[in-house]
Order: sequence, then C-alpha cells, then structure tokens
Amino acid sequence: MAMLEIRDLQVYYGMIHAIKGISFDVREGEVIALIGANGAGKTTILHSVTGLIPVKSGQILFEGNDITKVPAHKIVSMGMAHVPEGRRVFSQLTVYENLKMGAYTRKDKNEIRESLEMVYKRFPRLEERKNQIAGTLSGGEQQMLAMGRALMSKPRILLMDEPSMGLSPIFVAEIFDIIQSVAAGGTTVLLVEQNAKKALEIADRAYVMETGTIALSGEAAELLDNDMIKKAYLGE
Amino acid sequence: MGTMSFLSYLINGISLGSVYAIIALGYTMVYGIAKMLNFAHGDVIMIGSYVVLTAMTSYGMNPLLAVGIAVIFCTLLGILIEKLAYKPLRNAGSPLAVLITAIGVSYLLQNIALLIFGANMKSFQSVIGTKQIPLLGGDLLVSMTTIVTILSCVIIMLVLTAFIKRTKAGQAMLAVSEDQGAARLMGINVNGTISLTFAIGSGLAAIAGVLLCSAYPSLTPYTGAMPGIKAFVAAVFGGIGSIPGAFIGGILLGVIEILSKAYISTQLSDAIVFAVLIVVLLVKPTGILGKNIQEKV
Ligand SMILES: Nc1ncnc2c1ncn2[C@@H]1O[C@H](COP(=O)(O)OP(=O)(O)OP(=O)(O)O)[C@@H](O)[C@H]1O
Ligand SMILES: [Mg+2]
Repeated sequence: MAMLEIRDLQVYYGMIHAIKGISFDVREGEVIALIGANGAGKTTILHSVTGLIPVKSGQILFEGNDITKVPAHKIVSMGMAHVPEGRRVFSQLTVYENLKMGAYTRKDKNEIRESLEMVYKRFPRLEERKNQIAGTLSGGEQQMLAMGRALMSKPRILLMDEPSMGLSPIFVAEIFDIIQSVAAGGTTVLLVEQNAKKALEIADRAYVMETGTIALSGEAAELLDNDMIKKAYLGE
Repeated sequence: MGTMSFLSYLINGISLGSVYAIIALGYTMVYGIAKMLNFAHGDVIMIGSYVVLTAMTSYGMNPLLAVGIAVIFCTLLGILIEKLAYKPLRNAGSPLAVLITAIGVSYLLQNIALLIFGANMKSFQSVIGTKQIPLLGGDLLVSMTTIVTILSCVIIMLVLTAFIKRTKAGQAMLAVSEDQGAARLMGINVNGTISLTFAIGSGLAAIAGVLLCSAYPSLTPYTGAMPGIKAFVAAVFGGIGSIPGAFIGGILLGVIEILSKAYISTQLSDAIVFAVLIVVLLVKPTGILGKNIQEKV
C-alpha cells in the first residue's frame, strides 16, 4: 500500500486550472522527486496535500486515510511535515523558538527535547545560533531551520519544496546530504525541485510535471538517462 | 506652583493615555493577527461600561464583581462578533468588505445600546472611588482612579508580554501574525488563535471602559466612539501590530492631549493630537516601533 496516494487531483485558482487530473503515489521509505518547469504546479500539489489550498476534486490518501478535506493544522500531527517554498521561517522569532514551533502539536517534553537534540546534531549551525533572530540568518541557514522545524514534528513523511532554491553550490550539496540522511533514517521524502539533476541523483523514483499534468514518470536512474529529460531539465 | 500643575497634568495625561493604551492593545493585536481594523472595538468599551453600570445599580453588585462580569461579557461579545461578522468574510479576499462590516458592527452596537439604555447620559459611579491621594508632601493631589488606571495599564502590559513570550498560545499568536500558512503547517489552529485574540482584546476593552468612565463619569451609547478612534490613532502612532508600540503610542497620545488642553486650547487639543500623528507618520511611516514590512520573495 502506498503511504501517500493522490488520485485524479484537480485544483483551480479561480478560473485558472492549475492541476489537471494528477495521480501518483509515494511508498513508505522512498524518496520521490517531483520536477518540472516554473509554473508546472509542483507547489500547488504540495499545498493541496497539506490542506493549505482546497482541491476541486480527486482524493488524497495518507496511510489509507482520506485527508482531502482535513484542515491544514490537523495534518502535521498525523505524521506529515511540509517545508514550504521560500522557507517561511518565523523571522521575528529566534532559531530555538522556531524549532519549538515545529513541535507545537507534541505534548511530551522529554521527547521534544530529544528531537531538539537530534535536530541540533544534524544542523550544528542551528545550535550555534539558537538565540539568533531567524530573520537574520543567511538563506542557507534559514533553509536548515525550515527543515529542522519540520523535523521537530517527528514526521513519517517529509514534503520539501525547492530546498536548494537560491543557495550556493556548497549549501546545495550540504542540504542534499541532509535530505539523504533524513531518508536513510527511515523518513519518506517527497521532494519538489528545480534542480532536477541533484533531485534525480538522490531519488528512487520521480514524476516530471508539465503545466498541471504528469508528463513522465519512472525510476530516477532511468530518467537521468532519458534524452528528453536531459535536454529539457538537465541542460545537456 | 507651575511645576506642580505641570506634574499634575502630566499624571492625568499618563492616566488618560493608559486607557488609550489598553484600548490600543485590542486594535493592534487584532490587526497584527487577523490583519483587519476592528472599528467596532471602541463600542465594546461602551457596552462593557453599561454592563458594569447595570450590574451595580440594578443588581447592587459590588464593583469588583461587576467588572468581572463586564470582562466576561465583552470577551464573549468579541468572540461572537468575530464569528458572526468577520470570519465569514475572511476568505472573501476583500479587506474593504471587512472594514465596512466593522463599521456596521460599530453602529449596530451603538443602536442596541440606544434601544436598551436610551440616549440620555447616565452618570457612572466610579468603581474605584473618588479618594484623592496627597503626594510630594501634599502639594500634589492625585485621585485614586488615576493611580489605579496607570497601575492597571502597567500590569496588563506585563502580563500580556509574558503571556505572548512564555505560553504556547502566545507563541501561536506571534506565528499567526507573521505567516498564517506556515503557522497552519505547524499545527496551529488559525481560526482559534484569531478568536482568542478577539477575546483578549475585548476583555481588555471592558477594563478600559470601566477605567474611562471612572475618570469621566458620563455614559452614552457614543461614549466608546471617540476613545476608540484615539486609541486607533495611538496604535498607528506606536506602530500598528506592535504591543509595546500600543503602550507607548497610548501614553504619548494621552499626554499630548492633556497638555494641549491645559496649555494651548481645549478646542484644538484633538487637532493637535492628529497633527502630531501626521508628523510622526511623515518621519516614520510605520509608527514609532513599527517594523518595516519586508516583502518576502
Ligand atoms: N495564488 C494563486 N493565484 C492564481 N494562480 C496561481 C496561484 N498560485 C499559483 N498559481 C498558478 O498556478 C500554476 C502553478 O503554480 P505553482 O506555484 O504550483 O508552480 P510551481 O511548479 O511550484 O512553480 P515554481 O517552480 O516556479 O515554484 C501557475 O500557473 C501559477 O501562476
Ligand atoms: Mg513552486
């Protein structure tokens, strides 16, 4: 059974038909890449899954439960965390306060502290800067904070929207290393990326989107070799 | 003698400013979190005052109990107003619709009060008492009401700041004020948080009403309108959305108003208050403590 299953999803923004009947699935333990050009609808899909925008029709199943109409604030405690596009850290709160916000729905103080230590271990920079106001972090540090914040909810599946956007190559490499190690730790990952090469390198499978539909899908390794992908997304 | 009267005006100004500050907190919190101007906020003050008056004169309750009931009443009223009038419009995408509705709610509250209590001025019996306290060896007489008002404002500020810094609900308010979408992803119930904000703001409005009417003991259905507008100005003055800003803005406004009345002209005092506001906004458009809103990419 798929961990996350999207069935014939349709999403509109007013008159704009942004997602035109998309189906795909993510199995437990996989890293799935969702790639595609600007405006293809990648962010819209993640927003639909976590309830930030309403869907017109179709179904979203998470671990067998229909979450199509579940409000956004009830999603995270079900075990799904979303690192949004543009990071969206709480810029006026400190790093530590942001991380605590990630554990908002959790009750057990000891478990929260364990998660915090785990996040600090994964992102030593965040620990060094735990009392810094998040808005003053560099872009790469903010990305780490957004990821750390999401991990504070101890998710079974992590949705990430363009974590490499606007980062220098060194940071990009670091972020991708972290994504891999999170996945190796047993967290399922759905990764939206413009950086198709990097995404395909760490993914098990991938879906390629084009203006609201899925144009292509398959094993990530095969897609890396696909001529059309090479031309359109890998710049070769 | 000149210094003493100046000091006395100053203290009265701080006291009036304290009332503005408590009202301004409601404006600024609602603006920061729900991104709307609740122009009915001033009228909640008036309703709270009528509740206290009725509880004391018709039911013979003791002042403290009456104030407690008014706070509860206004808290519930605030939640109700938000649920019935504003929430249905929240996703309509038109800030103007919400603004007009708020003005409508304001008139509605005034007319309800008019219907129940009539247009005649009711004299409000001070909840605090009219005792005068001699200070500085008896040269300076300060009323108990003034002292209680200033103290209330300071306590409210401290408690509210601690609430926001230290409690989960307070942190949720900060998160919602900054980014509703990201807050929802954290598991924060945005509607609940907005509701809580209205509850707190309206409860504070009841306290402000009692303090105001204890200092200026006449109550009509329009009593809340002008202080409401002034408190809104105070909130903008201090930087709308900022809690310390509401405090500073309120106090400054009260002091400027009372000193203008005392030394320049009673008629012109409001004009002077607004002129100062305009100057401040020209120099710093976001208000004294307002943050420059940064557009995120
Ligand atoms: N709030 C909105 N209102 C109207 N149209 C929108 C809105 N958000 C997105 N769209 C449109 O929906 C389509 C899909 O947008 P989406 O943000 O999902 O694309 P994306 O694949 O994430 O792009 P990018 O790689 O640039 O982030 C685009 O045509 C976009 O213009
Ligand atoms: Mg996007």
